[in-house]
Amino acid sequence: MKKYWNNFKKYRFLLGELVKKGITLRYRRSYLGILWTLIEPLLTMIVLTVVFGTLLGNEDKQFPVYILSGRLLYSFFSNSTKVAMKSIRINSSMIKKVYVPKYMYPLASILTDYIIFLISLIILVAVGVVLQVKPTFYLLQVIIPLAVLPIMCYGIGLILATLAVFFRDLEYIWSVALMLLMYTSAIFYKPAKIINGGYGWLLEINPLYSVVVNFRNSIFGAPLDQRALALSIVYSVGFLAIGAFMFYKKQDQFILHV
Amino acid sequence: MKKTAVDVSHVSMRFNLASQKVDNLKEYFIKLIRKELKYKEFWALQDVNLRIDQGDRVGILGLNGAGKSTLLKIIAGVLKPTEGSVTVKGRIAPLLELGAGFEKEYTGAENIYLYGAVLGYPREFIAEKYNEIIEFSELGKFIDVPLKNYSSGMKSRLGFSIATIVEPDVLILDEVLAVGDAKFKKKCEAKIQSMFDKGVTVLFVSHSLAQVQKICNKAILLEKGQVLAQGGIEEVSAIYEEKTK
Repeated sequence: MKKYWNNFKKYRFLLGELVKKGITLRYRRSYLGILWTLIEPLLTMIVLTVVFGTLLGNEDKQFPVYILSGRLLYSFFSNSTKVAMKSIRINSSMIKKVYVPKYMYPLASILTDYIIFLISLIILVAVGVVLQVKPTFYLLQVIIPLAVLPIMCYGIGLILATLAVFFRDLEYIWSVALMLLMYTSAIFYKPAKIINGGYGWLLEINPLYSVVVNFRNSIFGAPLDQRALALSIVYSVGFLAIGAFMFYKKQDQFILHV
Repeated sequence: MKKTAVDVSHVSMRFNLASQKVDNLKEYFIKLIRKELKYKEFWALQDVNLRIDQGDRVGILGLNGAGKSTLLKIIAGVLKPTEGSVTVKGRIAPLLELGAGFEKEYTGAENIYLYGAVLGYPREFIAEKYNEIIEFSELGKFIDVPLKNYSSGMKSRLGFSIATIVEPDVLILDEVLAVGDAKFKKKCEAKIQSMFDKGVTVLFVSHSLAQVQKICNKAILLEKGQVLAQGGIEEVSAIYEEKTK
């Protein structure tokens, strides 16, 4: 165990450099640069609010905040898992020439996306202020879903990265899965009807849903839902354990397949 | 008593040569059911044992397909051996291909930090050596140009500068001895010589017996994955010359 920790310490600088590279290159050539991280969710929120809010007769004044909170979490989940899945393939030339602890690649991509996600939360704060969402003490709870989420994404990312080395069509399968997850995350609708209709379990299968629920509770001033909390922790620790195990077992064969 | 720098113990490497590449789920399952997943085994290395002391300069000789590159990759940590183990004391700088960690969109300067990190060095160390690296590479103001605009010579010079200035304990050279124009080549050779004088352990793969004889004090001869001979440079060269007559 100590060996792994020492190895991690030795390559700590590399992790920082890889994350820096991810963020720098994301914006280097683009005109709007980092502003795009803020504008894109704003535009999406406006469209979703108009369609699912105004047009469907939803009177909630704070609905945009509701939508945005779910949407931002989903974007992070979707982007980070997609990039983590490809991380081994994309870095194949480096893997074949010099030794670097391979779990660094998906880890760096998750961290890069996480930092960009945190920046995008600025827009959530801005919209919240404009629509007068009152911060309460419950807002401090937000640390928990914000900590659980990257762990979950890393775990899933490890699983996907491992499988994607051997099966290229995983990328398409995951795109479909992400779409299903988007519809069952209660981003642009309130889940009450579904839960009352007895289909709540469909939502709870979605690991992202539990995180979204507690994220929203923190923002709107309610205590964390215990069930969702338990679910999200079980999911994230579970995925991390499975992902780490799969990755560890198969990583020596990566070089033979990329 | 000389300390061991590299210890290769009973290393064997098996590759699976699939007759048809299967890389999606549908084909995999179809072939699994039809029992068509056939693999041909290829043992690139068989029970290789090597002990290299600190400061040794070992030439790795052999014909094509003998397993030289495979052995180097295993020592560098890039490949994991099917059997056996390798222990290396200290930092390895593989000059297997200069610029393995290079990012095209980054400038030369940014790549110095990135490549240094890839080789396993901490930030402070790279910062210390930063100016020395730029000076040695003779890239001047081009250091701030993105790497994708570099010529191959410029990339090699940068890669060489970074890999040699960082003072590795074990240097792995795959026929890359000197790059650039005649003047720069001389600088490279002097640099490599100074590394020898400092007692860096060197593993050198080359087909040119003359080069190996010039640089190395010991050698090993591989043939079809097995060690045919190892020892002082004269004895092994004699055997090699016999083989290639």
